[in-house]
Amino acid sequence: MTGGRLEFRDARRAAALRDALARATTRPTAVMHVCGSHEQAIAKFGLRSAFPEQLDVIMGPGCPVCITDPPEIDEAIALAQQGVRILTYGDMVRVPGSAGSLADAQARGAKVETVYSVAQAVERAHGTKDEVVFFATGFETTAVATAAVLLAGVPPNLSVLSAHKYIPPVMEIVAEMPDCRIEGFLAAGHAATITGWGIFDAFVTRHGLPVVVAGFEPLDILAALVRLVDMIRRGERAVANMFPRCVTRDGNTHAQRQLWQVFRPIGGQWRGIAHVPNGNLRLRDEWAHVDARRRFTIDASSLRQTAPPVLARQCICGNIMAGVASPDACPLFGTACIPESPVGACMVSSEGTCRIWHEYGRVPRLAAV
Amino acid sequence: MCLGVPGLVVEVEELTALVDFWGAKRRVRLDLVDEPVAPGDYVLNHVGFAIRRIPPEDVQTTLELYEQLMQEANARDLMTADVRGEIAGTSK
Amino acid sequence: MRRFIEEEFLRTFRTDPEMPAGLIGVSAMDDGGAVRIGDQWLVLTTDSHVITPPFFPGGDIGRLAICGTVNDLAMMGATDVLGLTCSVVLEEGFPRADLRRILDSMRRACDEASAVVIAGDTKVMGRGEVDGVVINTAGMALTPRVVRDCGLRPGDRLIVTGSLGDHGMAVMATRHGLNLETDLVSDVAPLNRLIRCALDAGGDDVVAMKDPTRGGAATSLHEMASKSGVGIVVDEAAIPVRDAVRAVADLVGIDPLLVANEGKALIGVRAGAALRVLAALRAHPLGVDAAVIGTCISDHSGMVVLDTGFGRRLVAEPEGELLPRIC
Repeated sequence: MTGGRLEFRDARRAAALRDALARATTRPTAVMHVCGSHEQAIAKFGLRSAFPEQLDVIMGPGCPVCITDPPEIDEAIALAQQGVRILTYGDMVRVPGSAGSLADAQARGAKVETVYSVAQAVERAHGTKDEVVFFATGFETTAVATAAVLLAGVPPNLSVLSAHKYIPPVMEIVAEMPDCRIEGFLAAGHAATITGWGIFDAFVTRHGLPVVVAGFEPLDILAALVRLVDMIRRGERAVANMFPRCVTRDGNTHAQRQLWQVFRPIGGQWRGIAHVPNGNLRLRDEWAHVDARRRFTIDASSLRQTAPPVLARQCICGNIMAGVASPDACPLFGTACIPESPVGACMVSSEGTCRIWHEYGRVPRLAAV
Repeated sequence: MCLGVPGLVVEVEELTALVDFWGAKRRVRLDLVDEPVAPGDYVLNHVGFAIRRIPPEDVQTTLELYEQLMQEANARDLMTADVRGEIAGTSK
Repeated sequence: MRRFIEEEFLRTFRTDPEMPAGLIGVSAMDDGGAVRIGDQWLVLTTDSHVITPPFFPGGDIGRLAICGTVNDLAMMGATDVLGLTCSVVLEEGFPRADLRRILDSMRRACDEASAVVIAGDTKVMGRGEVDGVVINTAGMALTPRVVRDCGLRPGDRLIVTGSLGDHGMAVMATRHGLNLETDLVSDVAPLNRLIRCALDAGGDDVVAMKDPTRGGAATSLHEMASKSGVGIVVDEAAIPVRDAVRAVADLVGIDPLLVANEGKALIGVRAGAALRVLAALRAHPLGVDAAVIGTCISDHSGMVVLDTGFGRRLVAEPEGELLPRIC
């Protein structure tokens, strides 16, 4: 089978792009990406060891699990404790809320199961008489799947607890942070497949920061960075689409229609960062009948009365997610905080900066051997 | 979680397709893709749903885009070399 | 897991001195133990097998049990098996037909390895007291030279005898109902004859061997690197991985380097011998995909560096169980 993947992993082209990037970076430059999948690709392929010294590619708030606020997790745990069967994506089960995680609740007898797709949650709901709640997490790329499933019709015993998030608003928050030294953004290619790249025009105009939409193969990332650094150097304030095989200006309007038929954006707290206007996706009133928040009375007050364990106070996940600190600046990274015994959300989720760094060897810029 | 993985459509059955991910096949839902999908097409998949049909000609376009980037970078270097040459010439 | 073993078992069974002449004991944490008899070494090894499910694509717990022990002996350089023991614990009600399948499979594996089971034990526990079947095998063989896993020096090459990740991926796909159509199949096989070819070709230039079972090649390479006091640079593009394994690994986000293998070996050789050992391996049916995948260096001692073709990173050592009950 030709085409697709392997051509975007061609080492010769990668070497040429790497050289181009080195030549383009003529002074210290900091850029940010907001996507766990980008960080995974960068770490897995050891790309930071190939980036020029002066280029800092920082992961921002791009892990949907990590930025889920404790009260939202408490809602799921409270429901689980009320006897409802909770279905969610694997990573969410171990993320700590105010007082423990869904996994802790499971150990105490609550019904918590993992699924790899919302469609699978529907199948499970068909197979039981229990009330089933799908604890829905993920950014817009994942939210569209939840929307599609609801539009296709779900069994009466299924409802959705939405903790979905919407990425574009948080870029504004980051750009507005005092002392923000980010000079340009890499936008997540998959999210942009849905939303289109046109939505970044307003951001560029408002903040004067270039945005380049990037794919996820090594060549995609290198090429996008060459373009972005070049735009920064020349003061070009625009959106550039470096993922044209999947992203268009208007995006996938068919999926967008489904998304906004089911969800509406509201402001909410993102863990460790701030209140993000329009950053949370909640079910519209027309969907109240499948909204877990309206079907059940969720009482999570008992969970919030516990003081956080001492170790948690040393956790700097908030700074890491905001992109102002990196994992190796955390005293707990790799010692008290490891995937088997995580302290903060960034180490729990497969899209968290700390977990990704730890999984791919902990040293982002390995010198030449 | 299957995040954003491209695959080749092998079979289409109403709203689902059997997709080959370079050695493993899986059924994905087509509710979200914005154009008709046929065997032989590439699709981008996310958590069990195809979110975009990848036109094969776009793969080539992207590769050409990258080639162009590399050439532009080279051309800029040649320019710089010319300028340096001029400066060196005038300082004698 | 390693720390648990060190704190409990090593502490208990450590000898004093730790490395007496004529004995390779638990402190070495090698694939087996060995005791000198005259001008030979008698190598001994034991393994318990708790894999679930007991039947998986490409094999079963019986084949796994025999091959696991034959291979541990081979990794120490002992390729002529003197005898094996087989100890079985069955759950009451375990289907007789399944037991028959497992035993037949064990017999076939023995024949492939030219090995014989010479002693055994059988126990039955009540329903629910043990899960299905547990098999322990022990083995012994003689060898004039023990090949350790700590003999690497800077400049040495690492050879893998074939594709990585097959066993672990096959078992995982079966277990987790991933709704995937694949042709994943375990690689479980006895390696003693293949290793004999390598040893005959390389002689004393074969300086280290290890089979990357639980924890995958990453764990074995780390052990070899830290016991030898060298760094190992692995060329990712050179690692043979079957398409189906790579596809499933990408889909579920698992690195083939971290996944168990039950029919492969990592062989450390002096640079000058690499090509002839490789040729000897490739001439054998179990070694057709053998490849040189790494080089030892003096930097990054104890660590494994991965050259991805796009950059470089360290290979993390899996600390927990990626997958429980894999062997």
